[in-house]
Amino acid sequence: MTRLVRLKEIAGSEELFTSGHRLCTGCAEATIVRQILHAAENPVVVANATGCLEVASTIYPYSAWKVPWIHSAFENAAATMSGVESAYNALKRKGKIDRKIDFIAFAGDGGTYDIGLQSLSGALERGHRMLYVCLDNEAYMNTGIQRSSATPLGAWTTTTPVGEKIKGKSEYKKDLTDIIVAHGVPYVAQASPSHFMDLMNKVQKALRVEGPSFLNIFAPCPRGWRSEAEISIQLSRIAVETNYWPLFEIVNGTWKINLKPRQKPIEEYLKPQKRFSHLFKPENKWMLEDIQHTVDKRWEKLLKKIDNQ
Amino acid sequence: MSKMIMSKPMALNGDEAITEAWKQINPDVVASYPITPQTIIVEKFSEFVHDGLVETEFIAAESEHSAMSACIGAAAAGGRAMTATASQGFALMWEMLFIASSMRLPIVMAVANRALSGPINIHCDHSDSMGGRDSGWIQLYSENVQEAYDNVFQAVRIGEDKRVRLPVMVCLDGFTTSHGVERVEIFDDSIRNFVGEYHIDHSLLDVDNPVTYGAMNLQNYYFEQKRQQIEAMNNSRPVIKEVGKAFEEISGRKYDFLEAYNMDNAEVALVVIGSTAGTVKALLDEEKDSRLGLLKMRTFRPFPAEELIQHLRGCKAVAILDRAGSYGGVGGPVYSEVRSALYDETEKPHIVSYIYGLGGRDTTKKMIKSVYTDLDSIAKSKDTPTPIRYLGVRGD
Amino acid sequence: METKKWHEIPMGGLVIEAGNAEQYKTGNWRTELPVIDLEKCTNCMLCWIYCPEGTITVEEGKVTGVDTVQCKGCGICAVECPTKVIEMVKDSGNLSEGNLSENE
Repeated sequence: MTRLVRLKEIAGSEELFTSGHRLCTGCAEATIVRQILHAAENPVVVANATGCLEVASTIYPYSAWKVPWIHSAFENAAATMSGVESAYNALKRKGKIDRKIDFIAFAGDGGTYDIGLQSLSGALERGHRMLYVCLDNEAYMNTGIQRSSATPLGAWTTTTPVGEKIKGKSEYKKDLTDIIVAHGVPYVAQASPSHFMDLMNKVQKALRVEGPSFLNIFAPCPRGWRSEAEISIQLSRIAVETNYWPLFEIVNGTWKINLKPRQKPIEEYLKPQKRFSHLFKPENKWMLEDIQHTVDKRWEKLLKKIDNQ
Repeated sequence: MSKMIMSKPMALNGDEAITEAWKQINPDVVASYPITPQTIIVEKFSEFVHDGLVETEFIAAESEHSAMSACIGAAAAGGRAMTATASQGFALMWEMLFIASSMRLPIVMAVANRALSGPINIHCDHSDSMGGRDSGWIQLYSENVQEAYDNVFQAVRIGEDKRVRLPVMVCLDGFTTSHGVERVEIFDDSIRNFVGEYHIDHSLLDVDNPVTYGAMNLQNYYFEQKRQQIEAMNNSRPVIKEVGKAFEEISGRKYDFLEAYNMDNAEVALVVIGSTAGTVKALLDEEKDSRLGLLKMRTFRPFPAEELIQHLRGCKAVAILDRAGSYGGVGGPVYSEVRSALYDETEKPHIVSYIYGLGGRDTTKKMIKSVYTDLDSIAKSKDTPTPIRYLGVRGD
Repeated sequence: METKKWHEIPMGGLVIEAGNAEQYKTGNWRTELPVIDLEKCTNCMLCWIYCPEGTITVEEGKVTGVDTVQCKGCGICAVECPTKVIEMVKDSGNLSEGNLSENE
């Protein structure tokens, strides 16, 4: 039985992710990390892959982390965390540590969908007790907004620019959450910072698992998406409400949708982001329709999964 | 004054000996991935794990890059971490080698020296570990199975020393030593006291005193952090000697940066790393010629320049054998460093580079004899025509 | 922060003073500052949970204001406030309570 997180109880408590970090104004990753660390019930150790979060929060000699934290490289947050968790097990067995410590790995879509996929897969298969959080802002943002396999169809990035011949990314967004579910780990979920109670409860559920857990969290990026800083949370909300980023969880293989919104048209989500502005030209209407169609198809597939259980 | 530790002889190959050492050390974490010719290490150690003979958390990593990453995480969390690899595996974890040493984590890794692709080849040469000579790791090279076993214990002591805090690789020749069965003196389990407990000043698991490992370090402090690392490598010199002496006390076997064999009156000498030193010794034992000497290099990083100069002082001509090339460099890696070490000496021998044994090419006593013959003529003529030579390749 | 020599810094690039980023001022990034009408505020805490910087100050269950030394002026709090009691006001740095001089 999970204990619901009560906002009023935790508001004002110590910030384990301090201010003074240098993430962009309006960066949703910062909000997400704060929400996660406020939700964690036990002391945590964090492993962080190379990316915006890692770079902006630990510019030597400063660090915004009031929890033990390690960054080693880009593609190996899960592998690094595997080592930490194993050392914990070894030292606990030898009687050198007696308290419960939880392990959280952070990586972006770059460090998870692409270059980090192998080490994540390995860690999941080996069953290490860790929560892996993917902060999905749909491109390699830290190196200047290059496409990743998480970039959706049609999006402008520096490596999928809107040109005369090809307008934005030609490929669909990879369904990573599905890939993680296929590993058969005890807990997998999608979350959004807009729905913080759902996110924080999922964090607590995940951290209670005696094995691997995975959260894919949507992280709007004003800089890379060319959206206004003040609507980062609002965008993550609209993503949920348009079924672009559904909130669901898979507990020991059983799928559950957490929220069935009255679906809004995908334009509401795309319009505030200049990375999609070319989609609103009349000649590109087909791309808008394709995107709406893809969102609907995926939602249908999700509903079918529940029905077929 | 420590007493000798009891030991008993066993017939083991190099990989098995490494695993025996691991078993006795009982590290907290081993994260490893199999690659020829190191596979016996992971297989044998897995047997120990599955039989409950060790308390080690064994991570069957899905790649060598992940193996080294896990070792880094484990060591930063206060665990004693070990791994083993060779050739392509070494190349794959290359990025992480630099990171391990920059974070000052005393991980110990066995490298069953094997030729780097391409082309793909599973046999011995030193191109893998020589490729990592600037990764900030201490490098110890073993001539035979006994040395491989002995070097593991010393590696732990050297790396974990507070003055050092650097990772150490124990190299052994692929197949020749890794798979060659030899008579080895295996200590009784009290050898564990030689390595003691691993102490870390700042552990990731010390949640009451959180620290940040691996911060991004820009123009303002990167240089300072690297300078510290250089100092640590320099500090390892006296420590390597101290640990060698301490090891001699418990084993009766001497360990130093170099081993001088028949060097007292040597006029011509070979500088060799690895099992080929054994071939040279066999030849010298037959020849019984005091003019011919061997300087076996055990420590390549840090490079024992001073000791080398002292040992080579009386020589007229020296051949440096390199079991790795340095494409576009001046001779092989060992040659160019020896040459650099000798530069300031007013009296120095003629030196010549021999690239040999690439891809496991066998090097016989006859071939070694030909090198000594070459050195004799160089010493006589006081001239070094063709300073860069090849031993054993058809066409040269 | 004064610059140290190589032998004066912790080994291995470690940052030992956890959370010392708080000493790095980011308030001088902003062009707007949120002003909260504390009398009308219902203390729902949404601004606090959505803030990327954690600069909404809360004491004993009540919102007390904004950390002007650190607030980057993103405006998320103003957009998310359900009772619309937060107004983004143009700020040239005069409205800050702390020292917003350049970081060393």
